[in-house]
Amino acid sequence: MFEHYLNIFVTSVFIENIALSLFLGMCTFIAISKKIDAAFGLGIAVIVVCLITVPLNNLIFNIILKDGALAWAGYPDVNLEFLKFISFIGVIAAVVQILEMFLDRFVPALYTTLGLFLPLITVNCAILGATLFMIEKDLMFGESVVYGFGAGFGWAMAIVVLAGIKEKLKYSDIPEGLRGLGITFLIVGLMSFGFMSFGGISL
Amino acid sequence: MMGKRYKQVLFRPLIEENPITLQILGICSALAVTSNLSVTLIMCLALTAVVSFSNLFISIIRKHIPNSVRIIIQMTIIASLVIVVDELLKAYDYETSKKLTVFVGLIITNCIVMGRAETFAMKEKPLISFVDGLANGLGYSLILITVAIVRELFGYGTLMGYELLPLISNGGWYQPNNLLVLPPSSFILIGLMIWAIRTYKKDQIEVNDFNVSPHTTAPDLNKRELNV
Repeated sequence: MFEHYLNIFVTSVFIENIALSLFLGMCTFIAISKKIDAAFGLGIAVIVVCLITVPLNNLIFNIILKDGALAWAGYPDVNLEFLKFISFIGVIAAVVQILEMFLDRFVPALYTTLGLFLPLITVNCAILGATLFMIEKDLMFGESVVYGFGAGFGWAMAIVVLAGIKEKLKYSDIPEGLRGLGITFLIVGLMSFGFMSFGGISL
Repeated sequence: MMGKRYKQVLFRPLIEENPITLQILGICSALAVTSNLSVTLIMCLALTAVVSFSNLFISIIRKHIPNSVRIIIQMTIIASLVIVVDELLKAYDYETSKKLTVFVGLIITNCIVMGRAETFAMKEKPLISFVDGLANGLGYSLILITVAIVRELFGYGTLMGYELLPLISNGGWYQPNNLLVLPPSSFILIGLMIWAIRTYKKDQIEVNDFNVSPHTTAPDLNKRELNV
């Protein structure tokens, strides 16, 4: 049992890394990776939000939206799957908003570091992507908790690594047109080729 | 006068203010769906439709949206449009919709759509907002289609499924470049396109945080290395 969960975790962190293998959350990934501190804060925020929203969306999908899922309420023929996009994005936006207010009220120290990044996360495709891939893989609730954490962790790891590389590059003499955005794309491309080497590994 | 403004709104996002290469918006899907030209075309069509209509609808109701909940309202409009596109795609082109998997759904969080709604549609009149959405969709499509053409032509030797460069394995002369079949190659291609655009449009070049002034440490470093 433990091995099964470990396998899901390792798969979501390395083999199907949400940033470097599935290319999700790229906009923030590229824009907020100039400093390690900022990248780290954003990474933690993504882990937290993924960990909460993916299992929550899993419950909503399996109890309400799935074909035949409303049987418990006496509607076995109802299929609300077409509502999944709008309900998932609603859940994500709501969770982010609640988390922001909760942190502001009870954990102000954390709010000062994470608060800045939380609004960005609603429109981060990594979160919605993790949820949609969770639906695609047809995971159970327990598995979805592990998958949500793994997906967030993989993304956070990738952005911290990219920020590290970019900090090292700060003093290098890059051709004019390639400065900033251009060189970032090339670095991410090379990192992504590196992560392809994890493909095919299974525990 | 008005015509000139429309023209500007329509043409600037194509190269000068391209959403992908200058504004770093909507990159996610640009990378994952570009290995095959026909799939890419469907994706571009879907995104262009969503961004133009979301701009139009948001602009129509822009004066009635309270500022504090505007993100949620924009999201709801965009998500509804994406559901329509997704259902249409499932009904008329099920194969492609299977290939695009989650990426149609991810148009909701595509930053181009949100970005244009936030920066343009909230301030401008409906018709010009629609044109702005259309232009940004086309700017996005321009980059995606270029990447897809390079990847499919040199990676598989085909375009839209028709064989243009006969492969060695089929008795032709072209040895396909398997690197271009792999998804990360689209990063490299977009990186090189940014380089090309910025060589042509010098004003887009980013300023270095630090500049090594000439004739400072470089010669000393060489000497030290030689002595060791």
